[in-house]
Amino acid sequence: MNFKHKYFFLFPGLFVLIGILIFPIIFVVRLSLSGWNSYNPGLDYIGLENYIRLFTDDPRFWESFFRLSFLSVTTVILQYVIGFALAHMVWKDIKFKRFFRVLFLVPMMTTPVIMTVIWRTFFHESLGPVNDLLSVFGVAPKWLTDPVIAKFTVIIVEVWQWTPFMFLLLLAGLLSLPKEPFLAAAIDGASPVRKFIYVTFPLMAPISIGAIIIRLIEASKIMDTVYVLTSGGPGTSTETSSFYIFIKGLREFQMGYAASMSFTYLIIMIISLTIIAKVLTKVLLKE
Amino acid sequence: MKTCLTAIISSLMIFSPMAYADKWSDQFPHIKATGDIPGDCSYEKMSKKNYKGKTLKINTHAIPVMGEPTALHAEQFEKLTGAKVEVTHTPAGDLYSKAMVPFQAGQAPYDIVFGFSNFINDWKRYLAPVPKKYMNSPEMKDVTKSHMGVSSWDGTMYQYPVDGDRHYLKYRKDVIDNPEMQKKYKADTGNELRVPRTWKEYAQMAKYFNDWDWDGDGEKEYGSAEVMKKDDLMFAAFFSRSVAYAKNPRTPGGFFFDLETMKPNINNPGFVEALTDWVEATKYVPPGGTNFGLGDEIGSFGGGQTLFSFSWDDAFIAAMQDDSPIKNKVGAAPLPGADKVWNRVSNSWENQYNQAPYIVWGWAVGVAKKSKVKDMAFDYLCFFSNGANHQADLAIGRFGVNPFKNSDFDPNIYINSMGWDPEIANSYTKTLLDMEKSNNRVFPLRVPGVFEFTSAVATGTSKALAGQLSPQEALDEVAKEWEAIVSRVGKKAVQDAYAVGVKMEDNKL
Repeated sequence: MNFKHKYFFLFPGLFVLIGILIFPIIFVVRLSLSGWNSYNPGLDYIGLENYIRLFTDDPRFWESFFRLSFLSVTTVILQYVIGFALAHMVWKDIKFKRFFRVLFLVPMMTTPVIMTVIWRTFFHESLGPVNDLLSVFGVAPKWLTDPVIAKFTVIIVEVWQWTPFMFLLLLAGLLSLPKEPFLAAAIDGASPVRKFIYVTFPLMAPISIGAIIIRLIEASKIMDTVYVLTSGGPGTSTETSSFYIFIKGLREFQMGYAASMSFTYLIIMIISLTIIAKVLTKVLLKE
Repeated sequence: MKTCLTAIISSLMIFSPMAYADKWSDQFPHIKATGDIPGDCSYEKMSKKNYKGKTLKINTHAIPVMGEPTALHAEQFEKLTGAKVEVTHTPAGDLYSKAMVPFQAGQAPYDIVFGFSNFINDWKRYLAPVPKKYMNSPEMKDVTKSHMGVSSWDGTMYQYPVDGDRHYLKYRKDVIDNPEMQKKYKADTGNELRVPRTWKEYAQMAKYFNDWDWDGDGEKEYGSAEVMKKDDLMFAAFFSRSVAYAKNPRTPGGFFFDLETMKPNINNPGFVEALTDWVEATKYVPPGGTNFGLGDEIGSFGGGQTLFSFSWDDAFIAAMQDDSPIKNKVGAAPLPGADKVWNRVSNSWENQYNQAPYIVWGWAVGVAKKSKVKDMAFDYLCFFSNGANHQADLAIGRFGVNPFKNSDFDPNIYINSMGWDPEIANSYTKTLLDMEKSNNRVFPLRVPGVFEFTSAVATGTSKALAGQLSPQEALDEVAKEWEAIVSRVGKKAVQDAYAVGVKMEDNKL
């Protein structure tokens, strides 16, 4: 029997894959080898010039990358801890369980840009309600104008917005756990803390790794919060890689150079996320 | 009987324009203050056009600034001509790329594109020059020389004038002109309280009036509201503070660069002095003031929170609107000057007073060369800025439409139709008019890749404001980046384009 015609059925999927994944990546690589900008539009060929500039003459890109690493790792750790705590809380039989499950998801369902505008208003240092309330205690933090505090303001907004996503994944994980290990622990008289450390947490490890990696991928693209909240300021203190690439590409219209930064960033992210996944697997699953 | 009949006929003839105006203002309440004003693109003239079945696509700014008048005049244009007008609203930061991407791809998804006047060098090859018919119209003849220059490139107009921008000083007249305050200030500081002539005086007064309730409304007030938020037009605010120290009328040949060598002037002592002042200013802005964008600045000064402000007209107009708590309590004056100015030829300070107006870039609009409805597009723009629409738009601060016609400098417009105090209206129009007459004006940088240059300034100055770098270090970094950009774009290309701006600054165009 000839099964060659079966390959024909692969074409639609393959076509979509090429169209939406392979072609854009190839185009970005080609664009990164060109000098396309506002005064010189077109795919000319300038070799590795953009990459040489990136690696030898652009400390701002690398600074923004390390800042991004700090912001994304911090936000994801906080989201994981808070998300796990909330998921654990509504996993138990508590009153208004369903109400809380929906309530905790609300931030994720709101539009990030709109919510960031609202947060910016909250944190506005002369007109916002946060400092109005804090003035009762005689403090008025510079939420958006102090280079250090501004980073934590970005973290607060990100954690508020995306903890529900972590909560959702972890709650789904908790609900799918087998009952037997918990029964065995109960028979052995394990305290709730020991039960969590020796039963719940290890059983949740594979799901936790997945959730952390998914959030790290998302968090590493942080852009809208920075754009609306601080525009990368004060100075460059909250500028992340994606915001910097946005400035170079769509503000300054250095398309070729922005493409080289995007591609480099993609490679770095693939490598670092692979390493992080391996390390997490080794630590949490004790392979 | 004969006399009576003659009187009736005469009255009808005399008042006919008013009756004719009423007809249109009944239908379009936006122009109720003036009625229709006769002209090439008046309501009457537009109503004779028939664009039924045709669609005009416009990309403009978000509502309200410029976006609201665009949409309003589009609706009026539809009613008058039968055309269909589709208006897309885009945030300011994306106006450039939203037009540039299809331009570079050889497409014209929008017939009309709004942007800033300093886009002209990058956009001009994709825009249709304004046709002679409009160039010769009485309305166009009324546009000031400065704004004809801003809208044109070496004599050819690519951007249809709809707005005129410049930076000037706004101050609280009820404080500065208040004899009691003057006495108190003199007693406490030993100095005169007056409209600041220099940035140093500005700083002294702003510091003195910072963080206390000087207007007795129960709220604290502050010294100055300025655009300091990174990437939010802050580079223009920096240039406003720099012109006094770095634009020397005795050294023609370039404010931003030395035209001959194309070496950046941006890190010379003049600019460094301005940035040092600006870093000092972070101490007398309202809480959070170093993150103020233009909207915050308008809200802050317009809402009565600060003594001073300087930038576009909007904050002043907002302060003078009927719903403002400080209507008729504000004054307009030229940007402060300096007691010394840098001479980049002799490489030394000249210890003499210097002041330079900054004809900053503003809203600009062009018609895509590839548009299939160019006639209709130009008619729309001509209608947008016709006499009646223009006067009505001027009165609404949030519209972002500011004076750019010689007739706009008649104080009676502001006294009669906007209820301004005559003294304020006079000082406002005089301030604007004097800028037009000055021989020491600075025009916006309009060279290929302008965004790269201004973005570098925003990054460098914001680092200085945040304390990441000293003013000299920050501007050295900007100068290095400017040199790299010039080398990437090509020295000749930047030089040729910059020469056009220098001709305007040196009063040769």
